[in-house]
Amino acid sequence: MEKTIKKSSLTISENGLEKKTSSKRLEVLKTYKIYIGGQFPRTESGRYYQPTNASGKKLANVCLSSRKDFRDAVVAARGAASGWSGRAAFNRGQILYRMAEMLEGRKAQFIEELIQQDSTKAKAEKEVNLAIDRLIYYAGWCDKYQQIYSAVNPVATSHFNFSVPEPTGVVSIIAPQADSLLGLVSVIAPVIAGGNTCIVLASETKPLCSVTFAEVLNSSDLPGGVVNILTGKPSELTSWFVDHMDVNATIYCESNSDVQKMMREKSALNLKRIFFYDKVKWNTDEGQSPYFIMDTQEIKTTWHPIENIAGSGAGY
Amino acid sequence: MKRSKSLFAIPDFSLSPRIDQVGAEERASRFTKRSIKKESKLNGLKLVLNMIDLTTLEGKDTDGKVKQLCYKAIHPHDAVPDIPTVAAVCVYPSMVKVAKKALGNSGIKVASVATAFPSGQAPRDVKIRDTKYAVNEGADEVDMVISRGKFHAGEYNFVFDEIAAIKEACSDARLKVILETGELGTMDKVRRASDIAMHAGADFIKTSTGKIQPAATMPVTLVMLEAIRDYYYKTGRMVGMKPAGGISKSKLALHYLVMVKEVLGEDWLTNEWFRFGASSLANDVLMQIVKEKTGVYQAANYFSVD
Repeated sequence: MEKTIKKSSLTISENGLEKKTSSKRLEVLKTYKIYIGGQFPRTESGRYYQPTNASGKKLANVCLSSRKDFRDAVVAARGAASGWSGRAAFNRGQILYRMAEMLEGRKAQFIEELIQQDSTKAKAEKEVNLAIDRLIYYAGWCDKYQQIYSAVNPVATSHFNFSVPEPTGVVSIIAPQADSLLGLVSVIAPVIAGGNTCIVLASETKPLCSVTFAEVLNSSDLPGGVVNILTGKPSELTSWFVDHMDVNATIYCESNSDVQKMMREKSALNLKRIFFYDKVKWNTDEGQSPYFIMDTQEIKTTWHPIENIAGSGAGY
Repeated sequence: MKRSKSLFAIPDFSLSPRIDQVGAEERASRFTKRSIKKESKLNGLKLVLNMIDLTTLEGKDTDGKVKQLCYKAIHPHDAVPDIPTVAAVCVYPSMVKVAKKALGNSGIKVASVATAFPSGQAPRDVKIRDTKYAVNEGADEVDMVISRGKFHAGEYNFVFDEIAAIKEACSDARLKVILETGELGTMDKVRRASDIAMHAGADFIKTSTGKIQPAATMPVTLVMLEAIRDYYYKTGRMVGMKPAGGISKSKLALHYLVMVKEVLGEDWLTNEWFRFGASSLANDVLMQIVKEKTGVYQAANYFSVD
């Protein structure tokens, strides 16, 4: 990682610009690592890149993840899938709520990072608050969507026939580029609320919040491997995200039609579900809905044989 | 057989070479640094698959389980052509007949553990009968365990005689001698047990039963390979090696091949002289082979259950 001796430290002023104050302290720069299986490894490839903000300032050295990091993340996500989907829905809700609590506790750090990435203080504050609220929103849905989207179906034979949503499995997500925190939270939360595990590629240009969010996840009772966060270039990784046979669904949040076409083709290989959230405005109410949970659910229908009820023929 | 040559030169096993453990670990870690890609990786993976002793050694084994395993041994993954079969199926003596019948004339060997596997805590005549039973049922190979207790007590002659007696009971079946390195404690003892086993007539030396942790590790396997090398230089007889237990990933298996090649040479790179004792390794190797062929990472649920 880059080591520079700075004679000044940064403070953030109202308009997000840096103000230099003199200090002799050697600033300890954060190493932004990726998050796989509850660990913070560096990328296997050893590569990194330096995203810059609008004024050209280098933000940090960030891991340029490779397809092998993605492969490792899929192994971690698959390993965590049965445990996470097997938890009581209520417990998943508790953990999502805990994530919100931990995020609230580190609000200042997120605001600072958002400002570094060209946001204003007011906007950054609003984005962090919305992200926290969104986690609470999905925490609430964890044990409720099943009831709303389940059905008892009328059938002609003497069966009790019912349909319930079940998690699809491992979901790979290419997160929104623009809303680096809110977008990330908005795509992760419904996927894990529904009992899936996921691998997320964070915003390429604004990756800082994603790694800090991984630290939030790591301290909030979320089992390792349920959420795996990579940083790097969508142009390198998207095709791997969509053609890995052990991934059951892929979410893509940009409107690049060539990429969308490629994804449609590659997803056919194992009949992966693909979803394009390219028109969603994450900072409005449109960005949260139980339908986002249902996108990564499968409906299981059970035919349970029953006797005639009260001698009057099949009751259901 | 050049066994007679070793018989008149039985060394004092307490003088077996001492092993520099730090050196062995260091050396073993070097083998993991080789880069094997593309076509050589594909060939390596096929070789690994062809060296696997597909194993089921559980109290709950049934005829059906063994038949299923044998089918998998013959048809590892029919979706891809030109995939080799595994080397052998390894079962308990009571399952040898079932396995033999299920494998038919596929050329896959039936290996049977014997001699009161896995503890080896039984009198010698029981062990000999156990071995003869397995051989009479049709086992091509016998995997015996040494008496670790006697070995630790320094009764090397007892261990030697026992292996020699089992070797005799095997008649034409090849004998693999399991040292259970996880119970031996030190590298010195691994080397000593290897020397005893080879001089007593072992056709293979094998690290572990798979029931004890740690099972096969690269440093332990290296020590045993070096024992095989020294024995070969001394007597001219080739002895095989079988690491077993804990090798479940293709990458690790390829590291082992590198180690065999660099310690013993290419003559040992066939399933006649080198085996992997494993059950879940086969599927990982198959997934990697398909990945190499298609360029797409694979999922376990497209491969047979093992």
